[in-house]
Amino acid sequence: MTDLGTPALTALLLHAIAFLVLAVVVPLRRSGRPAAIVSILCASGSLAAAIQAWGTHGGERTSRLVWEWLPSQGQTLATVGVLADADSTMMLMLVGLVSLLVQVYSLGYLSDEPRPALGRYYAYQSLFAFSMMGLVLAPNLLQLFICWELVGLCSYLLIGYWYQRPAAARAAVKAFWTTKAGDVGLLIGIILLWRQSGTFDLTELRVLAESGGLTAAGLSVITFCIYLGAVGKSAQFPLHVWLPDAMEGPTPVSALIHAATMVTAGVYLLMRTSWLFALTPDVLLIVAWIGAFTALLAAVLACVQDDIKRVLAYSTVSQLGYMMTAIGAGFAGAGFFHLLTHGVFKALLFLGAGAVIHAVGSNNLSQMGHLARRMPQTMTVFVVGTLSLAGIPLFAGFLSKEEVLGAVWEGGLVGPFVLLMLVAFLTAFYMFRVVFLAFFGAPVVAGSAAALASGPRIAHTHGHVEAVPGGGHVNEPPHAHDPPATMAAPLWILAGLSMIIGVYFTFEHPETEFVSPSWLMPSAVGVAAAGILLAWATYQRRAIDPGTFTTMFAPLHRAALKKFWIDDLFEHVIAASVLAFSRAVGWVDRYLVDGVLNALSAWTLTAGDDMRTMQSGRAQDYVYGVAVGLLVLLLWVQFR
Amino acid sequence: MGLQAYLTLAAVIFCIGLFGVMTRRNTIGILLGIELMLNAVNINLVAFARFSADVTGMVFTVFTICITVSEAALGLAIVILLFRTRRTVLADHLDLLKG
Repeated sequence: MTDLGTPALTALLLHAIAFLVLAVVVPLRRSGRPAAIVSILCASGSLAAAIQAWGTHGGERTSRLVWEWLPSQGQTLATVGVLADADSTMMLMLVGLVSLLVQVYSLGYLSDEPRPALGRYYAYQSLFAFSMMGLVLAPNLLQLFICWELVGLCSYLLIGYWYQRPAAARAAVKAFWTTKAGDVGLLIGIILLWRQSGTFDLTELRVLAESGGLTAAGLSVITFCIYLGAVGKSAQFPLHVWLPDAMEGPTPVSALIHAATMVTAGVYLLMRTSWLFALTPDVLLIVAWIGAFTALLAAVLACVQDDIKRVLAYSTVSQLGYMMTAIGAGFAGAGFFHLLTHGVFKALLFLGAGAVIHAVGSNNLSQMGHLARRMPQTMTVFVVGTLSLAGIPLFAGFLSKEEVLGAVWEGGLVGPFVLLMLVAFLTAFYMFRVVFLAFFGAPVVAGSAAALASGPRIAHTHGHVEAVPGGGHVNEPPHAHDPPATMAAPLWILAGLSMIIGVYFTFEHPETEFVSPSWLMPSAVGVAAAGILLAWATYQRRAIDPGTFTTMFAPLHRAALKKFWIDDLFEHVIAASVLAFSRAVGWVDRYLVDGVLNALSAWTLTAGDDMRTMQSGRAQDYVYGVAVGLLVLLLWVQFR
Repeated sequence: MGLQAYLTLAAVIFCIGLFGVMTRRNTIGILLGIELMLNAVNINLVAFARFSADVTGMVFTVFTICITVSEAALGLAIVILLFRTRRTVLADHLDLLKG
């Protein structure tokens, strides 16, 4: 039994070793590239171990490898270890794969970084991979929560990697705070659940839940609290505001943390505890509706973004909404399937976008264009990713999206289903908008090259940009070329995987818990195709003026440009409440604390002033005093 | 005459001395008052010594007289020095230690 868990444990600990070595051996960390090599070697070993773990745990085999951690009154309060089964090893493999590819990719992407900064980056990367694997393999909710917080910390550190930039520092803090708001809910939920069941252990809890040992009363509160944690981490409405801002971090970080792995931790948590949620159908309904609403909201927002990374960020939020809706419909397997395929193709899209940004030196879509000729490889893999995301047959996202839609339909949630169909259309539209704008159309803004050199976000590509004579040949991004091998290889691997998964599952349907209606697949594909066609007509053929949409949906467009005022609302509410609180505290300090002290000192002063006059300086007055005092004493002795 | 007569006399002289100390403006007058109070104490001591047939009180009186003399000598010296520096010996003008 224990032997089977060893590969999973190895995968987990290799990253921990990499992090510890980089953290402790300072000269190695500050040397930059050698640190990266150490980290990448450990990551490759970890991936190999993860694949082995998956190989041994396919099917229904489960192995636990736990150590006692917190003893309490003769029994164990909490354990640490690994719980390896089909789901967790599958997720483990995704984390191992994407983190390895991202680490390799970062070698090229961050090649201009100073050495100590690069070493720091790889130390964070290793810590993240370790924490994420610890989360995935957690045998109990306590370890899961600890790792949950650790990945949040890594997300904070990596978003703020360019901490000299105020925007990045602010985005990091925003991400940390927003997710923390949800984490409080998660912690409360875990503790409430422990009070009711007396255990943190997932296996024991599952046995308890399936045998009806958990009373239904109060369970809704618990599951809702746990769901709150997932809302924060997986960027569901209304806590989705941090994810687009998190794009201030380096693009590989966005690919790993904010697309493929960390943000899906919420979905994973709900999947892991789906037997618990099954007991509370009302909470599941909330999950489904909020998921579908988030998906639609983010999809609308993605349509108006000009920043390529922000489009992808909103599309991530939107796809997370998809997964959540599937879980809410009661089919966690479908959500998890979409999580896995999404992890692959969204990482691909982000890394592809990173290649474009690296070459162009800007995130702005209007400064791209005609990149297909300059960067044919990048274009190819990006289109593969886009087709996957749009849900076109033969590509990775196709079947998983179908499954999500089928699950939602089967769960009897017609409202969310309609929303999700709309989202499928919008997804295809905004993704192909990016493709046509970036790779095929001409740059919208003339003089982009001149604008580039002054752009704030191009610190890492400065070498490329400065070589450009200012404003000479402005029609095409200067020096745009396909990325170096360290960046291209991960792209091709991910693109290949997307294709393999897509082709395999198009012809080889996995057995599912439900049967989708036959009209579902054609209509979903048709909707996606319509979106692509519309994007093509608008942004490639220019048959439809994009302006007509703007005028057609004028109020919506305006609201979307303002992110539906959600960010502003948070900012104002938080600013107002914090300010009011500070004012109250300031008042207490100024008038109560200071007031008491001031009054005391003032009394002392006046009392001293008054009593000073007793000291007349004349000796005879003192004699009076002595005489009167003596008299009083005598009288007191006499008559007491 | 009994002990009370002596004690009454001593008390009267003490009060006169105290009154002088408290009311006289002249420093020399105050010194005289102090002298009176000390002598009132001496009367007490001698009277108690006589009526209790114990010489201790009388021995004490001799000591007190010695101290009184030296006190008077010191006090007068201080008064003379005061007059030299401040050109006054009036007690209510001597309030340099006023708070």
